[in-house]
Amino acid sequence: MTAPFEASQRKRSKFLPTLFRTTAFKLTAAYLVIFALFAAFVLGYVAWNAQRLLNDQIRSTIDAEIQGLAEQARQGGIRRLVNIVERRSRAPGASLYLVTTPVGERVAGNVEAIPPGTLDKTGESEIEYARTSETIDTPSHAIVRVFVLPAGFRLLVGRDVEERDRLGAVIRRAIGWSFALIFVLGCFASWFVARRVLRRIDGMTETAHGIMEGDLKGRLAIAGTGDELDRLALNLNAMLDRIGELMTGMQQVTDNIAHDLKTPLTRLRNKAEEALRTAKSPDELRAALDGAIEEADNLIRVFNALLMIARLEAGRVSDNMVELDLSEIVSGVAELYEPLAEEAGLSLVGDVAPDLHIVGNRELIGQALANLVDNALKYGLPEQGGEAAVTVAARRAGEEIELSVADRGAGIPEADRGRVLDRFVRLDDSRSQPGFGLGLSMVAGVVRLHGGTLRLEDNAPGLRAVIALPAARPKPVETLPPPGSETSTAAPNPAGLPSL
Amino acid sequence: MRLLIVEDDAEAAAYLTKAFREVGHVADHAPDGLEGYAMAEGGGYDVLVIDRMLPRLDGLSLIRSLREQKDETPALILSALAQVDDRVKGLRAGGDDYLPKPYAFSELLARVEVLARRRGAPAAEPTTYRVGEMLLDRLAHRVTREGQEIMLQPREFRLLEYLMKHAGQVVTRTMLLENVWDYHFDPQTNVIDVHVSRLRSKIDKGFEHPMIHTIRGAGYMVRDGTL
Repeated sequence: MTAPFEASQRKRSKFLPTLFRTTAFKLTAAYLVIFALFAAFVLGYVAWNAQRLLNDQIRSTIDAEIQGLAEQARQGGIRRLVNIVERRSRAPGASLYLVTTPVGERVAGNVEAIPPGTLDKTGESEIEYARTSETIDTPSHAIVRVFVLPAGFRLLVGRDVEERDRLGAVIRRAIGWSFALIFVLGCFASWFVARRVLRRIDGMTETAHGIMEGDLKGRLAIAGTGDELDRLALNLNAMLDRIGELMTGMQQVTDNIAHDLKTPLTRLRNKAEEALRTAKSPDELRAALDGAIEEADNLIRVFNALLMIARLEAGRVSDNMVELDLSEIVSGVAELYEPLAEEAGLSLVGDVAPDLHIVGNRELIGQALANLVDNALKYGLPEQGGEAAVTVAARRAGEEIELSVADRGAGIPEADRGRVLDRFVRLDDSRSQPGFGLGLSMVAGVVRLHGGTLRLEDNAPGLRAVIALPAARPKPVETLPPPGSETSTAAPNPAGLPSL
Repeated sequence: MRLLIVEDDAEAAAYLTKAFREVGHVADHAPDGLEGYAMAEGGGYDVLVIDRMLPRLDGLSLIRSLREQKDETPALILSALAQVDDRVKGLRAGGDDYLPKPYAFSELLARVEVLARRRGAPAAEPTTYRVGEMLLDRLAHRVTREGQEIMLQPREFRLLEYLMKHAGQVVTRTMLLENVWDYHFDPQTNVIDVHVSRLRSKIDKGFEHPMIHTIRGAGYMVRDGTL
């Protein structure tokens, strides 16, 4: 039973490279470097300032002592100076003193050894030295100043800088430790953060895998912190919901297609079978065949309509979009259906404003309008008598052009208005009329493809279907009215309204 | 009339050649685009019936090649692609008519006969059409029958004009919708029938013989009823 062990081994060996590749790790590393640079800068600044402060202090001490000693020498001569130097040299924690003859022989002081040539240049310098009392080999450092006394004697006064150096060392050590600490803590933090994030992302990946394998109900876990990962998970969940809706919709469409195409196919098959079984004369056979062809033609129409809707819904933009005169199309369609309306006992009234231009496909717009008019003629007969009119109107409404087909029939209950746009939806009252329940789906598809909206409104009584399409931008040439036309364009020409 | 049918589906081709021969036409068959091109180039055909999707050379390229050779034989495209854009593409390639599959043979026959007739017709259309004692004057927009003027609406006039232009030929409902109204969509109902019956009531009422005849399962035909 080594398998689980091997598995865990593999997991472990894979984990570290994965960790190094995570965004969290990279981010932490970047922060680490930036933070370290920052810390180095701050500590360095403090160290440099402290050093400078100490140096200044040492210098002023040395200056004060030299001034004092020089004053003594001026007043009491070299002897007095030597006495004072001897006395001060013995004091604990004393400064460094050295008095020499003009040729460099030591007269007094507590300095045993200094680098050669130190006494030749007056002014300040930093040197290595050894004290008289000390036997330690390691030389100490000091800031010294050489002063030339009258008669060529030299006076050297200095202060040991060990204290200053020790402070520097402390700061350097602090910097070192800080770096070490930053590195260790940073590594730990990055590991912690990366692991946390990694685990959540791994969870997401796992859920996604589950969904891909068919668990469409699976959703990403939300930690509730409202962070970026939560927002991502929320959005992905919303996306999954939308996909789920589409899938359900598709399922419904497939079911519909199966039902609505199988029904006429079954009828077709039954008719043919029955004719074979029972027809006794060629005439009966012929009638049955005619019926079969009619059924087949209906099926073809349903297929064509479905294909058209599918294409429209896929949003395949037609390469046949040109500027159209909607007034002409609306009048044309109204004229086409006028005799049909009359036959159905309805009057078809046209109320079309002139010069309504859109960019679109003439056939598709015509088809959409024809579907609406056809519906109005089928279902637009008033229930209790009264005005039996179907009104086809087109007008400009701001940036849009509104086409409407209104009838005085039973209308569509508000609850069903969204549903009737779906494929194969036929309201119960409409079952007596021929049709497949695809007309309004097609209209909705055409309108969407043209970037417009379709509204079904209550015409009290009846239905008013309104298509709003974006108006075409007028051509630049047409925006300049010809001279003298200001008055004539103000009022629409009533004669331009075609009567249908 | 001599026809060339370029169709790769053997069964469909056999059905078409047989059907055309039954109504008295000569029909040849080419099984792919290249052979179709070779046969069409040989000439002598009145109408080409070309499937859009063909092996070796597709239907649209075939027609385009013929047109480049200044061969203007009328061509009807048969296609399973039935959307508006497909139709426009077919006509742009040089096709003269476009019929989506599946089609009724009567529809195909009517369209092919119109195309064949157009080929023999003079380039300029006559200013008057006469069928029997009915006369249509395209310039004066007047229609008379037995010397009696018949008042028609503009659309009725165009409907009658198209029917009379193709007198003696079957004209289908779709052909009327396409040519008189310039619509290529499915009108959902029998609108054309209503228009024709209106026209018929104006033209045939009070006369002994009908001019507009309904051809069962196909469409309409204008013909002098006395013959």
